[in-house]
Amino acid sequence: MDRSMVDLWVGLFVAVGIGALLFLALKAGNVDSIIKSQGYSVSAEFDNIGGLKAKAPVKSAGVIVGRVSSVNFSNQSLRAVVKLDLDERFQFPKDSSASILTAGLLGDQFVGIDPGGSLENLVEGDRLRITQSAIVLEKVIGQFLYGKMSETNSD
Amino acid sequence: MTLITRILSKIGSATVDAVWTLGTASVFIFRVLSRSAIVLRRPRLLVAEMHFAGVLSLVIIIVSGLFVGLVLGLQGYETLKRYGSTGAVGTLVALSLVRELGPVVSALLFASRAGSAITAEIGIMKTTEQLSAMEMMAVDPHARVVAPMFWGGFLSMPLLAAIFSAMGIIGGYLITVVVIGVDSGAFWSQMQASVDFHHDILNGVIKSIVFGAAVSSIAVYEGYASVPTAEGVSRAVTRTVVTSALAVLALDFVLTAFMFTGVH
Amino acid sequence: MIKKTDLLQLSSINFAYGQTQIFADLNVGFEAGKVTAIMGGSGSGKTTILKLIGGQVSPQQGRVAWGDRAINQMKHNELYSYRKSLGMLFQFGALFTDLNVFENVAFPLREQTALPESAIKDLVLMKLHAVGLRGAQKLMPAELSGGMARRVALARAIALDPSLMLYDEPFTGLDPISTAITGNLIRTLNDALGITSVFVTHDIKASFKVADEVILLSRGTVTARGTPSELLDSRDPLVRQFVQGEVDGPVPFHVHSEAYRDDLKLESEERNW
Repeated sequence: MDRSMVDLWVGLFVAVGIGALLFLALKAGNVDSIIKSQGYSVSAEFDNIGGLKAKAPVKSAGVIVGRVSSVNFSNQSLRAVVKLDLDERFQFPKDSSASILTAGLLGDQFVGIDPGGSLENLVEGDRLRITQSAIVLEKVIGQFLYGKMSETNSD
Repeated sequence: MTLITRILSKIGSATVDAVWTLGTASVFIFRVLSRSAIVLRRPRLLVAEMHFAGVLSLVIIIVSGLFVGLVLGLQGYETLKRYGSTGAVGTLVALSLVRELGPVVSALLFASRAGSAITAEIGIMKTTEQLSAMEMMAVDPHARVVAPMFWGGFLSMPLLAAIFSAMGIIGGYLITVVVIGVDSGAFWSQMQASVDFHHDILNGVIKSIVFGAAVSSIAVYEGYASVPTAEGVSRAVTRTVVTSALAVLALDFVLTAFMFTGVH
Repeated sequence: MIKKTDLLQLSSINFAYGQTQIFADLNVGFEAGKVTAIMGGSGSGKTTILKLIGGQVSPQQGRVAWGDRAINQMKHNELYSYRKSLGMLFQFGALFTDLNVFENVAFPLREQTALPESAIKDLVLMKLHAVGLRGAQKLMPAELSGGMARRVALARAIALDPSLMLYDEPFTGLDPISTAITGNLIRTLNDALGITSVFVTHDIKASFKVADEVILLSRGTVTARGTPSELLDSRDPLVRQFVQGEVDGPVPFHVHSEAYRDDLKLESEERNW
């Protein structure tokens, strides 16, 4: 093979390789996760975060509006402190509430934001005051059984 | 007692040999890397070696990638069917390939095809005194022969791994959506929802870069250090394939533990 | 045995490959402008001398010097610079199998000089013409006979007009015609270019025709040195055995072993068990 043919093949090879990488990145992967768009960070405290992990989605009305950036424990309030990175395209009123929900019945957990009614919006560093902890299955079952027992007792 | 002492001393000397070889090989690779400026000055050499290692491996990578994808899709579908989650087969295929099978299997195939060819080429050049002749013509074989081969292999590896994964996903798509009839929308959307660029794809690329460095180093070293006889070269080629396979699998374990289990 | 007019000198060389001692206090010099043949039995260290001169191996003790530069003490860059003025012909040519004849001879020119393509072409054709193989320029090494391959390798070795030519067994495995051609080339090149040539061989007839001086090595030292005719007339038993090709003599036929009787007795003892 003369030299120009070799160059052509190698060029094609590199092009196909980069093409494959792009294919993987765009078609197979999450396009949003590539572009770390500008955003703002807010926090929320919960009594129980259940199985919530960092990188879990933050959704409002079912649409992903951000990601959980970190999960920590506060020694002052003795509650879980969750930091949320929200996309700057989405603004929420200051009195919005955050709940920890489960995707489907037994899926991964995410943070859901219900918008409030305030005229002012959340900015960087704000804290969501109204929070709803995760539903811990054992407690629900315990409550259910307790409720059932008191029903039969009171009959 | 003598049998046990003999076994122990064999293990001992084998370990000492291994450590010694590791040292010699590291010095050699360091020497090759330090003389690698030639690759920038004369890119033609690099292009020729990327052709030798990369382009000529394309066929086996593409075909194997396709088949692995087909099998993953098929097996995945059969298993997920039992839990009624066949829509997740796209996720299964993509994550398996991008995180593990893409980098690892393509590295193993690369070692068998390109790694052995590199070792054989350098070994035969050594046996026929071509390397000595080059030295006596005041041309350093580390720079002129070994460095381009190393970098050719190193740069080809991540590209081949990406092509393998892409072909695998296409294979998975073909068998599940086109043949079996899983919903195309579910296939792609579930995949896109669960494959994270930084966590999965980028880590897979990092793995293939590390594997590329390992396999290329082993291939050039074994060739250069081979006994200059026909038998010596053939043994060196075998060692390249075996050592590369072990190294890739061991590194895969270390990297996976580091990347995917949050052992940061 | 070092003469003052020597260009190339090996002094007090101690050299061993691992456990095998090759030279112990070897002293040998090569006269400038002359063709010198190094001869000796297998394992006498002939090729090692070439490797020492080329800097491919270093002696444990001693000095390998060309003029006043010590080759065995050179650092990497200095050594490579020194090698530009030396040419070596390997036993089987060692041509680059992926390049054709022309490209093989052009290799040192392309690597070491920045000459334009037209100049390289002229030089390559000149060198190939000197060895009589200009017509083979497009052939691949695999298509050449042994003798032709070695001639191409010779053309390649002289491409940069070296001051010192080294030949490793240039006549081994060649037919009489090729042997004569090679010997003739060694002589002509040496005289035409005014260089120093050293070759290693065990072909008495071919080397005696060509060499100005012959050095005979045995057991790690120089056992004889002189012109071909001096050696032919020598009375030294070692020299006679080598030059006349005698079966037994100072170099014994039997490798060192136990007494024959003892060896046999051992066998019969075992059988008596």
